[in-house]
Amino acid sequence: MNHVAAELAPVPCAKLVIDHVSKWFHSGVVKTHALDDVSLTVDEAEFVCLVGPSGCGKSTLLNMIAGLEMADQGSVLMDGKKVVGSGRERMMMFQESALFPWLSVLGNVLFGLKLKPGLKDSERLEVARYYIKLVGLERYERANIHELSGGMKQRVALARSLAPNPRVLIMDEPFASLDAMTREQLYGDLQTIWAARKKTIVFVTHNVREAVCLGDRVVLFSPNPGRVREQFRIDLPRPRDINSPSLAEHATEITRALKQHREVAAE
Amino acid sequence: MKRFLTALLFFVALLWLWHFLVDSGRWSAMLLPDPADVGKYLISAVKDGTLLETTWVTMKRLLIGYFAGIVVGIPLGLLTARFLWAHDTIGTLALGLQTLPSVCWVPLALMWFGQTEAAMFFVVIMGTMWSVVISTDNGVRSVPPIYARAARTMGSNGWHTWLRVILPAALPFIVSGVKQGWAFAWRSLMAAEIYVTILTGFGLGHLLHYGRELHAMDQVIGVMLVIVAIGLLADKVLFAPWEAFLHRRWGTQRN
Repeated sequence: MNHVAAELAPVPCAKLVIDHVSKWFHSGVVKTHALDDVSLTVDEAEFVCLVGPSGCGKSTLLNMIAGLEMADQGSVLMDGKKVVGSGRERMMMFQESALFPWLSVLGNVLFGLKLKPGLKDSERLEVARYYIKLVGLERYERANIHELSGGMKQRVALARSLAPNPRVLIMDEPFASLDAMTREQLYGDLQTIWAARKKTIVFVTHNVREAVCLGDRVVLFSPNPGRVREQFRIDLPRPRDINSPSLAEHATEITRALKQHREVAAE
Repeated sequence: MKRFLTALLFFVALLWLWHFLVDSGRWSAMLLPDPADVGKYLISAVKDGTLLETTWVTMKRLLIGYFAGIVVGIPLGLLTARFLWAHDTIGTLALGLQTLPSVCWVPLALMWFGQTEAAMFFVVIMGTMWSVVISTDNGVRSVPPIYARAARTMGSNGWHTWLRVILPAALPFIVSGVKQGWAFAWRSLMAAEIYVTILTGFGLGHLLHYGRELHAMDQVIGVMLVIVAIGLLADKVLFAPWEAFLHRRWGTQRN
């Protein structure tokens, strides 16, 4: 089997276990309790959305799964092995576009691939082009980042994080800064791409409808300190349309729960 | 094409105005030679080789010193951006010495190295290096942390992150610092050459200086024009490609 085919072959998805994780942040004399005894299991190829108000520690949890931050207590396990640092098996796609402006679209997608050993440059190029095509930007591979619209940038970011063929994809509010029309299109595209490239996905958002549209499961967080409050399994058929009434019903239910927790927290 | 013609017209008019002033006879030809005389001087100086020889001597000093300044300056800037202790020590030193007009290094350089090439290199390096250190430091500090984090998740670490992420991300700052360094180096070198005789080579500044001594104003003005031309050429050859690259990639406005 040649390298490209091996590289593009599906990798087994990973199972994530977040095991009694707590995290504090210190800045000066202020000590913030970011996460309090959070436990969560994400199954192989499951798409889990974390929802909650700002300051509930969702992003912190993502950073820990990515291996960019370490838990003060508890641990994050991937297939039973403790996560101790960042690695290609868990790729992260960020809130604001973290694309590199000094590289073209192709250069950005190649960045992670170039760090992957055992491939020839021509093979890396082929792999990168496959993912650029997957996100529908084959006509833009030579484009500069500033020439792209917000939606196109996030497509490049998605291609970049998929390119090293990770087993887990971590997405930190990737669509937050996009307009509604672009977002709706990306919901569809992400579902198609996810069907083509099965990954275990942990997705953070503020937007309940977005979570219901994308997730197999929606996990509700509450802030100060960050805790898991409630979980909702979403069994709607895919691909899902963000505007469908049944999706809205789920979203309403979750929004109601979110408000309840907030009121409880305020009292 | 229209822009080119406008520019051409402007410079022709300028030469004509100059000629007209000389022609009016209000100033002695000793003080203000005719543009044609300056042209004649330039042609003869090219023919007898003095101009090319002096330009070569000056450019060698400038380019060697300048690139040495960049090669030392960028790593120092990375160091001051990375380590607090380096920022407090080398960073503060750089900030202080950058405010010192680099021609002030000339007396010291002459004492240390004598009237030699080494003294000239030293002056040029001092002119270049500190602004490169400071701009690199500023550039690295202004790199959004998210770039390094994104790179880390893709398996980039240590040196790779510095060379492939931080350095290119800081490029807009570094290019502007390198350009400022050029301006400082060029000015200080000219000042030094006019100010002292360097025994190891006769540069453009010396040619200018001796033009005054010989009351050869055509030579003085001719050399000044060459110095201007070198400045413009440096801008086109050394910086314009980088600025075009930054403009294309970052989408920043060209000034």
